[in-house]
Amino acid sequence: MTEAMPAPPKLSDPERRTAFLLSLPAAMILLIMFILPLGLLLGVSFTGPEGFSLAAYQRLLTTPHYLSVIWNSLKLALVTTALTFLIGYPASFAIARARGGWRSLMLGCLFLPLAASVIVKAFAWTILLRSDGIINSTLMLLGIIDEPVRMIFTQTALIVGSANVFLPFMILPIFAVVAQLDPRLGEAAAMLGANPAVAFLKVTLPVTMPGIIAGVALVFSLSVSAYVVPTLLIGERYPTLAATIAKAYLLTQQPAFGAAAGVVLLSIAIAVVILSSRFGRSSGGLS
Amino acid sequence: MKQLAIIVSWAAAVFACLFLLAPLVVIAAASFSPTPVFDLPTGGASLRWYSRIGTLDGFWPALWLSVEIAVLSTLISLVVGTLAAIAITRGKLPGSEILAAALVSPLMMPGLVLGIGLLQYYRSVGFTASWSGLLLAHLVITLPYVARTMIAGLSRFDFTLIEAGLTLGCTWPQSIVRVMIPALAPSFLIASLFSFLASFDNYPVSIFLTDVRTKTLPIKMLQYIEEAPDPTIAALSTIILAGTVALLLIADRAVGLSRMAGTAE
Repeated sequence: MTEAMPAPPKLSDPERRTAFLLSLPAAMILLIMFILPLGLLLGVSFTGPEGFSLAAYQRLLTTPHYLSVIWNSLKLALVTTALTFLIGYPASFAIARARGGWRSLMLGCLFLPLAASVIVKAFAWTILLRSDGIINSTLMLLGIIDEPVRMIFTQTALIVGSANVFLPFMILPIFAVVAQLDPRLGEAAAMLGANPAVAFLKVTLPVTMPGIIAGVALVFSLSVSAYVVPTLLIGERYPTLAATIAKAYLLTQQPAFGAAAGVVLLSIAIAVVILSSRFGRSSGGLS
Repeated sequence: MKQLAIIVSWAAAVFACLFLLAPLVVIAAASFSPTPVFDLPTGGASLRWYSRIGTLDGFWPALWLSVEIAVLSTLISLVVGTLAAIAITRGKLPGSEILAAALVSPLMMPGLVLGIGLLQYYRSVGFTASWSGLLLAHLVITLPYVARTMIAGLSRFDFTLIEAGLTLGCTWPQSIVRVMIPALAPSFLIASLFSFLASFDNYPVSIFLTDVRTKTLPIKMLQYIEEAPDPTIAALSTIILAGTVALLLIADRAVGLSRMAGTAE
């Protein structure tokens, strides 16, 4: 994969034309409905009352408030990604090793939440996390806490809700890789004298790296731009880039500022894609 | 040490399943609540919220719009995405790797940013038809799911089967309908399911493209929850969940959930 791309095979013109025509509708949709609008947005972000202006970016990147907004979005994504990875990585091994009905049952648990609207799931967490909610009652019953802990509209609620919504997107790509591994790989390493920790670090971790990279990149890019979860679970206390964009367009009518915030968010997402494809290439795994 | 690893991975899997199901259980339980609060029912169960779903202000138009947009955008994406996936997997196209990456890329891009981009774009070209604007936008939402699944499916499809069909006396269209489409049926099913759900549940793109008269179901749902969170929304979600359980059971029989999760088996 790291070698230069092979020269495209010499093709007869009709074959190439067919391939071109087949891909044309999709390429047109992508160009007209995705690339052009984002390009226009980039243009809008550089406009002020008198033509070209950097005012929106200046406001966004030098005001302490907006710097903390950017950091809030990144922090939410970092913590969500780390938490879903810590749960999802070991979990995907158990799901991959499970047989028949158990495997289907656990995969069903991953797919089912995708059918419930994010809005409704986030609202369900506000019920679970309330002062008189189940989690507080259980903790008190177990004697872990003496009086209800305030969780709703805190960063704890935000992280719990966000990890809940994005966990399937971490597990599914890792599971897809783990399920295709030969379980004897670890045993082979052990037979060659590696102790389990070394076998894990030298064999299992590298071969599952493509799944890890895919899951991490997906969860990070989804959670950095999450809008519904922060809105319902923490609200104004934790302003994010996504909320700033929505506010600039839906409430305060400041398109240039909203567009600039959008471009910043987009740049983060593009950086994640580029980084993940670079890491993905250098750690090709076993194929 | 090995035992420990197995215990840890099973504990994580069980925790993950319970954690993922927790909000769904709350929703289902709240839908049977006898009191008009969106909360866990205390004392008795009631079906009154189910009968109230249809009376929600603007519910039927919103549901119909969401279904319409999700079905149409899925169908169009299936055709367009499959054609592009054929061109990409047959490797006859210069730059096919770039096209493949580009087709999947909207999946990783913030929906909200696409939403405001399209809003500006429609305004600047004077495009005001919100129904078609919404449908076109949802093509960008659904196409990556279809492209990803169909590229994976087609890269495992043996194209010589079509030639075999031709040799056996089928015409071109016949061998596509009789050979290729049945062989790819699982991929089509998976692609449609993900694509439909992505469109049906989309909030961040649609919110910028709807007007007072055309509101999709997710937008209406957030509005209901913010205005008066009574268990009607829970009842509606429970019906959708029950439908999904049925779909997953069918998909497990037909395709196998492992395959849906992206493994080649």
